[in-house]
Amino acid sequence: MHEMSIAVGIVNIATKSCQEAEKSAVTEIGLEIGELAGIEMDALEFIWPLAVEGTVLEHAKRVIKKTRGEAICLECAHVFPLENHHDVCPKCNSYFKKITKGKELKVNYLEV
Amino acid sequence: MCGVCGCGNENKGPVLTMMHEHGHTHEQMHNHRHDRPHSHKHTHGDHTHTHTHDHGHDHHHGHDHHHDHPHKTVIELEKDILQKNQLLAERNRGYFAAKKMFAMNLISSPGSGKTAILEKTLMDLNETVPCYVIEGDQQTLNDAMRIEATKTPVVQVNTGQGCHLESDMVQQAITKLDPKEKSFLFIENVGNLVCPSMFDLGESARIVIMSVTEGDDKPIKYPDAFHSANICIINKMDLLPYVNFDVDKAKEYALKVNPSLKFFEMSATKGDGMETWYEWLKSQLN
Repeated sequence: MHEMSIAVGIVNIATKSCQEAEKSAVTEIGLEIGELAGIEMDALEFIWPLAVEGTVLEHAKRVIKKTRGEAICLECAHVFPLENHHDVCPKCNSYFKKITKGKELKVNYLEV
Repeated sequence: MCGVCGCGNENKGPVLTMMHEHGHTHEQMHNHRHDRPHSHKHTHGDHTHTHTHDHGHDHHHGHDHHHDHPHKTVIELEKDILQKNQLLAERNRGYFAAKKMFAMNLISSPGSGKTAILEKTLMDLNETVPCYVIEGDQQTLNDAMRIEATKTPVVQVNTGQGCHLESDMVQQAITKLDPKEKSFLFIENVGNLVCPSMFDLGESARIVIMSVTEGDDKPIKYPDAFHSANICIINKMDLLPYVNFDVDKAKEYALKVNPSLKFFEMSATKGDGMETWYEWLKSQLN
């Protein structure tokens, strides 16, 4: 599904960086994927070989940092771990919250 | 393979069709990222190279030989994966602001009544406010034809195997529509309550639509769509007597996922609840 778009986005970033650095292959790529980012890791795993074939990422090792969800309550300012979007503040039960961690979808570094 | 429509054919991409009275014209998106970037493998040929120091270096990747020893360079990036879509989305957003347009991205499961809501809205509003529509479906011109019957300019985007619209498709469609100032643009996304929520199209407001036949716990089952929206339309209210749907519960679930959601309850086919929706729409252009 949309994991293909994600994989192609990663390939595009890596290719552009390699062009700028005048390198032709990546040995390791550091990704950060938040647990609330809406990415199905199995689907990404499945699609990865197809997406990277013939690209600078073809033989790259993936190091994936999975960031756990976290929110701050907008009523009582309590910071709490967030597993689901619909979770309420464990301190005051409000659902007015701001998600501060867990939605990341980034390429953090490339090792070339 | 195409990252948008998933096809393996290097010549295909989303197809955009501008509907008009005298038939329609098709256009393939050519600047769509089918020409996937790739590196050329370097063959080692006759030369060999030896390394005199220890390291876990693997020799099976192509690399150029203009270095004495292959030390690793780490390029720090911290780059958002969907940055490309995001940049073009912001450009679309700027375009809409400059044209004082109000653009909406309609997201829902297939069959919630997006097209019916648009048909009814357009028939009632398109003589007072210029309206434009971008239709997203995997295949067929069916939805665009329904919109065309309301005498509203419409472009159909067929994504093939693609499951969501992206900002480049919207940009291409806008170019074809060439909209007037102070107008409404309705973007009916591909029927899908998962993937479209990740892709900013540059819209002024995102509208998530659910119908009473879908179950009141929809918002917590598909949180990304409800979390990313500004407005929630509950449609097919005329069927409420026949289904086990608790409107208050559905709203409560939706608010848990997104406390700032604003709700409209309607039946597009019966015309109930449309006035409040129209009032809100018109207020967005002032």
